[in-house]
Amino acid sequence: MRWLELQKSFDTPKIVTIEKVVDETPTVRTIYFSDEIMSKVLPGQFAMVWIPGVNEIPMSVMISQENGKAAFTVRKHGLATTELFSKKVGDQIGIRGPYGNSFTVKQGTLLLVGGGTGLVPLIRLVTFLKKSDNVIIIMGAKTKSEVFFEDLANKLLEGTIHKVIVATEDGSYGEKGLVTDAMEKLLKENRFDGVYTCGPEKMMHKVVQIASANKIHVEASIERMMKCGIGICGSCCFGDVMACKDGTVFDGATLLANKEFGYTHRSKSGILDNY
Amino acid sequence: MSPDISTNVGPITLERPTMLASGILGISLDVFGRLYKEGAGALVTKSLSKEPWDGYPNPTIVGLKNGYLNAVGLSNPGAPYFANMLSQNKTVPIIVSLVGSIPEDFVFMIKQFENVKVLGYELNLSCPHVEKVGLEVGDDPELVHAIIKSVKQTSKVPVLAKVGLGSSDYLETVRTACESGIDGITAINTLRAMAIDVETARPILSHKIGGLSGPPIKPVAVRCVYEISSKFDIPVIGCGGISTWDDAIEFLLAGASAVQIGSAVGEKWTGVFSEINNGISKYMEKKNYRKLSEMVGIAKKF
Repeated sequence: MRWLELQKSFDTPKIVTIEKVVDETPTVRTIYFSDEIMSKVLPGQFAMVWIPGVNEIPMSVMISQENGKAAFTVRKHGLATTELFSKKVGDQIGIRGPYGNSFTVKQGTLLLVGGGTGLVPLIRLVTFLKKSDNVIIIMGAKTKSEVFFEDLANKLLEGTIHKVIVATEDGSYGEKGLVTDAMEKLLKENRFDGVYTCGPEKMMHKVVQIASANKIHVEASIERMMKCGIGICGSCCFGDVMACKDGTVFDGATLLANKEFGYTHRSKSGILDNY
Repeated sequence: MSPDISTNVGPITLERPTMLASGILGISLDVFGRLYKEGAGALVTKSLSKEPWDGYPNPTIVGLKNGYLNAVGLSNPGAPYFANMLSQNKTVPIIVSLVGSIPEDFVFMIKQFENVKVLGYELNLSCPHVEKVGLEVGDDPELVHAIIKSVKQTSKVPVLAKVGLGSSDYLETVRTACESGIDGITAINTLRAMAIDVETARPILSHKIGGLSGPPIKPVAVRCVYEISSKFDIPVIGCGGISTWDDAIEFLLAGASAVQIGSAVGEKWTGVFSEINNGISKYMEKKNYRKLSEMVGIAKKF
């Protein structure tokens, strides 16, 4: 009988055990676990992460430098993220996926602009780039204590022409100002073949506008209130597309044509709220 | 000449027989417009309540080997918000699904849509995972009668009832609905079901019990459509596990005048409607049917 041969669905949570927890900042941690499939996901893809008894949330899949492992980098914010942040080695979580599309991997001089945990898919993207690419990463944070992944980014890009620029809003570390200030400065001296961004939507909106105005190919990974993650419930609808299934990565032209981009997102009940 | 796949569900005329089932993707007019363009004959909204509902915490969906289990909890932005959004609708054939506990709930909601272009209403008498509404209403014949009576007095457009398998005989719910003046029946909703994670010993859904959908429920749904259309003189819309054109044909042969597609949208994405429409069209050509109605219910003659 063929139905007996059907594999377990990718959409059923699979339980994994947390093997390592790394503090990135006082409010951000990376939790590592073993999973072959998650270790190989494409940059921009996400997993639905079940925190038993609490909730299930979409998380971009963070890289591990060890084979067969992956991670989630979480900022404690609401109930679910705080519970995930508080998990210890040996605790179990459920994962399903990977879901969504991924960044188009371009070649040449590439600019990656990330804010906070939005850096996660960009760090994974770095591992898909060629040694011959010239990569510049701008990472934004409010203040020095919230900067993370700077060393990791430099390490991943070792032996290539690259630059990692940190921009803090209060100027306590790196350049003072927003990532978009640093981006505009760079554009005066560099020609980019592609821009990738992930982070707060207002930030991405500005990055996409700047890149588009400079006629540079740009892609952003967007975030929406998500429930099923698999194109059924409709919670993450964004204009006429679904973030989970049509995205989460969209190109600049698509994004700028979407009247919700940078302005509105939906609540749990589906009501549009302003950013 | 290519076959005519348009269909009539009682007073409702559809260009194409494949509808989007309630609960799936249906929270924005932009999405309805896209799915209509991509082949759906009509779009049924998420079930709307008087006020916005957040639904249950996640997990709200579990993918199974061959279907889905869900307890989303009827999250929706509420009828007044939705009516306002749909007031810009000009061309998209939308059926508004409504959920409530008492006749006054439904009457209130229908009044919100007075000046909105909608094809009809579908009363959710069968959601299996929210208390005081859905199946709990469908299981109570007196309440079903009172609700449909009030709705029919208020609504200027046709009204359908979506039935499912609860704790009473669903055919009695259908009988009551027919006697109360309903214009058509949608059958069936998801079936009460659950899944437990063996590693943590926990029910996976936050609500523990949810509704099973997809291919596993298809034979049950075909049986219900067959029974309803055999026993009552009422148009039926088939729903439950339809993923391919031959699944859809099976429902038409059992007596459905149109079909609704839900879980398969998650599996095949938005192209599923045109895929099934094309398959129906090819089948009709092969079997020499010029009109879809020629094959509705013909399995009943055996």
